Amino acid sequence: MDAAMIKEIGEIVVRMLIIFTAVFTGVGYMTLVERRVSAWMQDRLGPNRVGPQGLLQPLADGLKHLMKEDIVPAGAHRMVFVLAPILVLVPAIASFAVIPIAGDAINLQDLGLPWDWQIKPFIADVSVGLLILLGLASLEVYGVVLAGWSSGSKYPAMGALRSTAQMISYELALGLAVLPVVLTTGSLRLQTIAEAQAGTWFGFIPHWNVFIHPFGFLFLLIAIFAETKRLPFDLPEAEPELVGGYHTEYSAMKFVMFYMAEYSTMIANAALMVTLFFGGWQVPGLALSQPWMFLIQVGAFSAKTFFFLFLFVWVRWTLPRFRYDQLMNLGWKVLLELAFINLLVVAMLVAAGVM
Amino acid sequence: MPLVAYIGLSAILFVIGVMGVLLKRNALTIFMSIELMLNAVNVALAAFARHHGGLDGQIFVFFVMTVAAAEAAVGLAIFIAIFRLKKTTDVTEINLMRW
Amino acid sequence: MSLDTILASAASIAAIFSALMVIWQRNAVISALFLVLNLGSVAVLFLTLGGEFLAAVQVIVYAGAIMVLFLFVITLLNPAPLKERFASGPVMTGLTFALGVLFVAALMRGIMSLAGAGGVMASVGEEYGSARSIGELLFTAYLYPFELAGVLLMVAMVGAVVLARRQTAGED
Repeated sequence: MDAAMIKEIGEIVVRMLIIFTAVFTGVGYMTLVERRVSAWMQDRLGPNRVGPQGLLQPLADGLKHLMKEDIVPAGAHRMVFVLAPILVLVPAIASFAVIPIAGDAINLQDLGLPWDWQIKPFIADVSVGLLILLGLASLEVYGVVLAGWSSGSKYPAMGALRSTAQMISYELALGLAVLPVVLTTGSLRLQTIAEAQAGTWFGFIPHWNVFIHPFGFLFLLIAIFAETKRLPFDLPEAEPELVGGYHTEYSAMKFVMFYMAEYSTMIANAALMVTLFFGGWQVPGLALSQPWMFLIQVGAFSAKTFFFLFLFVWVRWTLPRFRYDQLMNLGWKVLLELAFINLLVVAMLVAAGVM
Repeated sequence: MPLVAYIGLSAILFVIGVMGVLLKRNALTIFMSIELMLNAVNVALAAFARHHGGLDGQIFVFFVMTVAAAEAAVGLAIFIAIFRLKKTTDVTEINLMRW
Repeated sequence: MSLDTILASAASIAAIFSALMVIWQRNAVISALFLVLNLGSVAVLFLTLGGEFLAAVQVIVYAGAIMVLFLFVITLLNPAPLKERFASGPVMTGLTFALGVLFVAALMRGIMSLAGAGGVMASVGEEYGSARSIGELLFTAYLYPFELAGVLLMVAMVGAVVLARRQTAGED
């Protein structure tokens, strides 16, 4: 192996290390955030005993689940039962590969490290990045439907059927909601979409897509709540009716994998919203030299993403659950049509040269 | 890979699909074998498109996918209707119209 | 060997293996899973053929929509796995397989004639297979078939709803 090859592989490894470490830490701490915020909203304390402010709680939880007994029910289809949590987790994690976290690449020498390596702000630069994200989102359904089927039990099967129907239905609205952004930007590459949102109007309104496509953003937000199966759309795991939904029969690490998948989907979807509608890593009016620019952009991206994660938690502890027929009606008879009309209007405006 | 390899692969996949249709009992698996054949054709189309340097072959793949989607929707609806009536997906049991 | 060749060869092997497993498995759910693997490997093959957009669409439409629908219906009906692997006895099955191999051999003979001068891939630019170039072609030269495909989907949708809905009392 020559030096150039080591350099290239090193750059890729550092990229993956940065992004996946961030994601896994984020997933762990989202569970804590969820519990602390919900406690705060209900005037409780929440977990605050393990470490300062309960900061070591995710570690303790992980350890507890590691030591639990891994049960495979007698009626289960063993191979598929083991495969299902993997199939849920992998697409959820893989979607981070195409999301850009900063503008320009950073050289490790700028950070005071001895290597002359250019670290790009994304793992893979794909010209159809947005489509990859949508494709991975649609692959997550497999794990869910297989988990329900392979458990060989009534409630998981019901939960899986519900969530499959829900995810398929809202995927359409999700796709239609993001298309207006693609129309005005003219690219499916996420970095190009983020770059296109630079600058401001009148010097103080940032040039973000949310101000151009407010309806698109609203529809995307609703569709994402349904895709991540969070309240008010958490019917697949509605505990009064279905015990726990498609992962009722799972325990120990397999159960943790479903949980991790849920939270990493949330983070990925929040990051997607930020990239498409809130300028991604853009900080309007900021011009600094490297490495400060890179670090601040990463910080801005994380802060924006965290805002949406907080919104997820906030909504979860605020709104009641929809009924199943209401959910389907909303998806097929309202959201889909409105998103389609929105797309048509934007397409006409683009064709007329207004946008 | 050279063009020959792609077309050969396409031929193999297609024949596997044909055998699935001829051999299987489960109506759903037969249906999957048809998807297998359509997919084999897609490989050949994309390979020939690359061979000629044009995109028309890839456009055809899109149309094949459209047809596959339409076919899956209608076909599965038919299976659901049959299953309600006969409680089976075994094609050897679905022979009311045979004589 | 270039990286593309390695990738394409691996995807080809995966495609053939998964296709065989689709027709070998008794359980329809496992068959469907292997079909998904097959579709995924074909998507990788599209990538090696320069069809970036096509590969993405293959995953979204085939793996993400059609196969999910299959799995949904299989788990909804949940038919018991059939006892017999194939519809006819071992003799007929063996004969069918032999004929299949023979047919592949015959096809290969024809395909091998491509191997000479006609078998090279054209060199293509960056834009080959991108969303933009496909879209331009689709909305100019192939506009009419494109519209017809839309009509086809519409008809299929109506047909599926009519076929699958339960007849309720009071309707004829």
